[in-house]
Amino acid sequence: MLRLIGARLLTTIPSVIGVIIVTFLLTRVLPGDTAAYFAGPTASAQAIAEIRSKLGLDLPLPQQFFTYVMALLKGDLGQSLTTGQPVTKDIAARLPASAELTLSGLLLAMSVALPLGVIAAVKQGSWIDHLCRVVATAGVSLPVFFTGLLLVYTFYFILGWSPAPLGRFDVFLSEPPRVTGFLLIDTLVAGDVPAFRAALSQLILPAVTLAIFSLAPITRMTRASMLAVLGADFVRTARANGLTNARVIGTYAFRNAMLPVVTTLGMVFSFLLGANVLVEKVFAWPGIGSYAVEALIASDYAPIQGFVLTMAIMYVMLNLLIDVLYGIIDPRVRLEG
Amino acid sequence: MTDSSRIEPAPALRFEAPPSTSIWTHGRHIVAENPITGFAFVLFALIVFVALFGASIAPFDPLASNTTNALQPPNMRHWFGTDQLGRDIFSRVLVATRLDFSIAVFSVALVFVLGGLAGVTAGFFGGWVDKLVGRIADTIMAFPLFVLAMGIVAALGNSVTNIIIATAIINFPLYARVARAEANVRREAGFVQAARLSGNSEWRLLLTQIVPNIMPIMAVQMSLTMGYAILNAAGLSFIGLGVRPPTPEWGIMVAEGASFIVSGEWWIAFFPGLALMTAVFCFNLLGDGVRDLIDPQRRT
Amino acid sequence: MITRRTAIAAGLATPFVMKAQAQSPGRSETLLLVQEYGPNSLDMQGIGSSQPVNGVALNCYDRLLRFKPVPIPGGGGNTISMTELEGELAESWQLASDGMSCTFKLRDATFHSGRKVTAKDVKWSLDRAVSIGGFATTQMNAGSLEKPEQFVVVDDKTFRIDFIRKDKLTMPNLAVTIPFVFDSELAIKNSGGDPWAKEWLKNNIAGSGAFKVESWKPGVETIYVRNDAWTCGKLPTLRRIIARDIASPSTRRALIERGDADISYGLPPKDFKDLLDAGKINVVGVPIPNGVWGLYLNTATGPFTDVRLRQAAAWAMPYEKMLQASLFGRGVDMSGGPVTPKVAWPQPYPYKTDLAKAKALVDAAAPGGLSTTLLFDAGNATVAEPMAILIKESLAGIGINVEISKVPGANFRGEIGKKTNPMVLNRFAGWLDYPDYYLFWTMHGNNSIFNIAAYQNPALDKLVDEARFTSDKAVYERSVTDFISLVSREVPMVPLAQPTHDVAMQKSIGGYQFQPCREPDFRYLTKA
Repeated sequence: MLRLIGARLLTTIPSVIGVIIVTFLLTRVLPGDTAAYFAGPTASAQAIAEIRSKLGLDLPLPQQFFTYVMALLKGDLGQSLTTGQPVTKDIAARLPASAELTLSGLLLAMSVALPLGVIAAVKQGSWIDHLCRVVATAGVSLPVFFTGLLLVYTFYFILGWSPAPLGRFDVFLSEPPRVTGFLLIDTLVAGDVPAFRAALSQLILPAVTLAIFSLAPITRMTRASMLAVLGADFVRTARANGLTNARVIGTYAFRNAMLPVVTTLGMVFSFLLGANVLVEKVFAWPGIGSYAVEALIASDYAPIQGFVLTMAIMYVMLNLLIDVLYGIIDPRVRLEG
Repeated sequence: MTDSSRIEPAPALRFEAPPSTSIWTHGRHIVAENPITGFAFVLFALIVFVALFGASIAPFDPLASNTTNALQPPNMRHWFGTDQLGRDIFSRVLVATRLDFSIAVFSVALVFVLGGLAGVTAGFFGGWVDKLVGRIADTIMAFPLFVLAMGIVAALGNSVTNIIIATAIINFPLYARVARAEANVRREAGFVQAARLSGNSEWRLLLTQIVPNIMPIMAVQMSLTMGYAILNAAGLSFIGLGVRPPTPEWGIMVAEGASFIVSGEWWIAFFPGLALMTAVFCFNLLGDGVRDLIDPQRRT
Repeated sequence: MITRRTAIAAGLATPFVMKAQAQSPGRSETLLLVQEYGPNSLDMQGIGSSQPVNGVALNCYDRLLRFKPVPIPGGGGNTISMTELEGELAESWQLASDGMSCTFKLRDATFHSGRKVTAKDVKWSLDRAVSIGGFATTQMNAGSLEKPEQFVVVDDKTFRIDFIRKDKLTMPNLAVTIPFVFDSELAIKNSGGDPWAKEWLKNNIAGSGAFKVESWKPGVETIYVRNDAWTCGKLPTLRRIIARDIASPSTRRALIERGDADISYGLPPKDFKDLLDAGKINVVGVPIPNGVWGLYLNTATGPFTDVRLRQAAAWAMPYEKMLQASLFGRGVDMSGGPVTPKVAWPQPYPYKTDLAKAKALVDAAAPGGLSTTLLFDAGNATVAEPMAILIKESLAGIGINVEISKVPGANFRGEIGKKTNPMVLNRFAGWLDYPDYYLFWTMHGNNSIFNIAAYQNPALDKLVDEARFTSDKAVYERSVTDFISLVSREVPMVPLAQPTHDVAMQKSIGGYQFQPCREPDFRYLTKA
């Protein structure tokens, strides 16, 4: 098994190298003079030149790339000019925020989408089926930034049910000691229930925004694979053996239908990481998405490269995890290199 | 991402016999069975109509400011209200349809040609071409797609063309993979073998036998990704990587209106947002409809 | 269906129930401020420091001098006077009889580390400011503070600055947020070999100021706590300041409107107007001294090298519309001024919206009309974009077809550095409120990056330089009025409006103090 995982990892190396090269080139083509920007408004040409050479921006591209890769091998992603901190530190501090948000959104979406998909498949062609399709399609048709704004307007501004969209935590509470970086878990570890509630209430609107968006693919996949399974021989056999409908659907069909759904989740997760960028902007969420946008606007190379690389590696690991999971759910599936 | 078929494995076997009934009969059947698809077709016709004639039916000049009449809520004269500069939002939403629709159509057409050709060649010839296309697709897929689009537009500059290119690039792996799978399945199929035996060159086989046969599948892909293309363009506009002001475009209008929501001027962002949502919704439903029509085996 | 709907409803409702959190006891002495973005460093002298770092310098460090608070004419708090200074670290100061040096007596002040502030620390800090390069050095030079030799330690508590020329900007320049005083021993101890301890001071405070930084999470929040041992002024009443970075202006507005935040910085003008109209929140506005929105017309290349077209543009600007629809009245109109200018900056030029006059000038200079582009910084879009759209519309009426180009900040700096853009919309504000200082940056032949119009005119340079260094009031006033009439005829830049610097505060907040760096001064703020 380990050997197989290793072999599978090897195959991902070329795409990671590809990502490194493309990101490097892309950031260098970005218009704007980083040195001039950070030299400040009143800098002289000489001051700008000094900063340029300090940042190594006056070297030829291949040499810049070499320096970058050598630093990368040492785990150094460079310095962010906007926050003034090492990129690894920034990303480590912000990644849990994004991960917590994305995972919550995904879990929320699954808790709605899975039952919805199953019902739609069981009652295929009924009004419930059509409704399910319309609801799921409507969800994915809403631009996330628009959904986010509407939710803030309704639940914070008009109704006042939700706390201020001020990031992850109530300003006047103290944050729990960092264990996982996931506030929902850390507050519980610290046994601080009010803090847990505070973190949860901050999380709910952005998570719902993301969940609405990811409803459609999960619902559709669940429905499709349930339909396929319900038509399969073993289900017919189970029914013929007199098992109750609930048992057939709940145990036999659902478990088998989960296989393709797990694969979809990988795609959905990567998709959500992208949508995160916009949601974080709307909710002032201190994650890595908003970090990358700010850096992009400032032509700040290092954070963009670091962000993209982190994302790519996460994506690769996630797919690997899904492959492994797949193998566990269905032992017939062999992990191939 | 609007559809599950992206990750479904291609069916191993497919009969290429022409459908026994005409496509119109089949279409009527689909619509009768599925009223939502019918509704989507009507909506689509409406969007196309507005895209073509929006500028002529708009009651006001979408660019003309009227600062004494700024920030009016929806009323009988201005159905969707007016914005910060007193421009009529209804007219702007109508006129923007053409631009947003064009971005979607052109980006999808571009990726259809590029991704389709790359995929077909890879699937048909295999070998190093296949490996190369596979690697490119893998590399693109390893990026967070929206961020890649942001990077491309930021690097190339804000313009409609670059938004189209960026949207096409991030959809490339999807098209390339579908086309590859379909071409791969068919390269040893009976009808291809027959044509090969009668002395056709491999390139000729590819163009005359394979490409026409995978067209329907690709058409389904196109209609399914149209909505995503619009959303992507609007998202780019929202973070400031969109078309030049004062050109009306839904994503920018929502972004501009966003800062007015809290002060109660909800209509500035709401109506363009609604238009955006309606269009994407329609394209997504339509995508399903087109698939039902062309490729009944894959219905979900 | 019913089960699913209720499930969703329940899922949504539960967390909302516990919205109001128990508030910790320190709330009345804690101030919550929301701003667009926070500091990227704690060292304002360091290269690449962002605008909010000025706030760190202001509150956590002391300078020799500070600007004396004077009431804002319309009420609501205090602003400053350029010419009235008071001691911060300096207990007293004495100009030499020949006017070529100034001797400062230091107060008995203590750094956060517990060490006493000495003249040696002052020298190290000012040496650093003139040697470190980048913005700090440029700003020091603007007040003729150029070389370490100018800074002399007389004894532990006495410090002298030798002038290299008589410059009226020297003394006020000691009160801006650059020449602040570090604990030099602490800095050197932690410098790791770097003579100016750049890396360490970027992440640590080594000052004597009224506040210390308790925690700094770049891009998220900065928390300040009061330095109870501060002796350079009246001890602030606030004990703790939380400055949160909230990118979305609507969120910042919602926070102040619903009472969650105490102070909101940098809202769009429309929000300030609304808050002012609603009356539940105090809005204090100060027309930014030495600040003006201007349309820069390139005098070196492109169509606007023809002065008639520049004048045409000045006659065609929709001044009134821009003030209403873009600044929502939060600014001062810059049109219809007197033919003979006053000794003031910014001030209205004699132009006002007159399309007939403008059209006649275009017909004479470019009979077929012309096409050009208008550039602005996307970071200023809230105000600049509506302005640009109105300008485009108005110029179209006189045969000038404009394409708007909105570029991100880094790109904008690069673009204006090239000095090839025919038309640029930008706001420039100088810290030191003198007309000659403004023109030195924006129209002088030294061609700084802010001379966006690439304007070169030896006659102007002579007048500006004369005004900068003369100590004769009559000569000064004559040269100022002369150079203002000159640039109002030549119009390398059309002044559009002087913006107001607004801050929204809860009614319970008092003691607002405006500073030229435009960052909040926590030392004077009170909370009822």
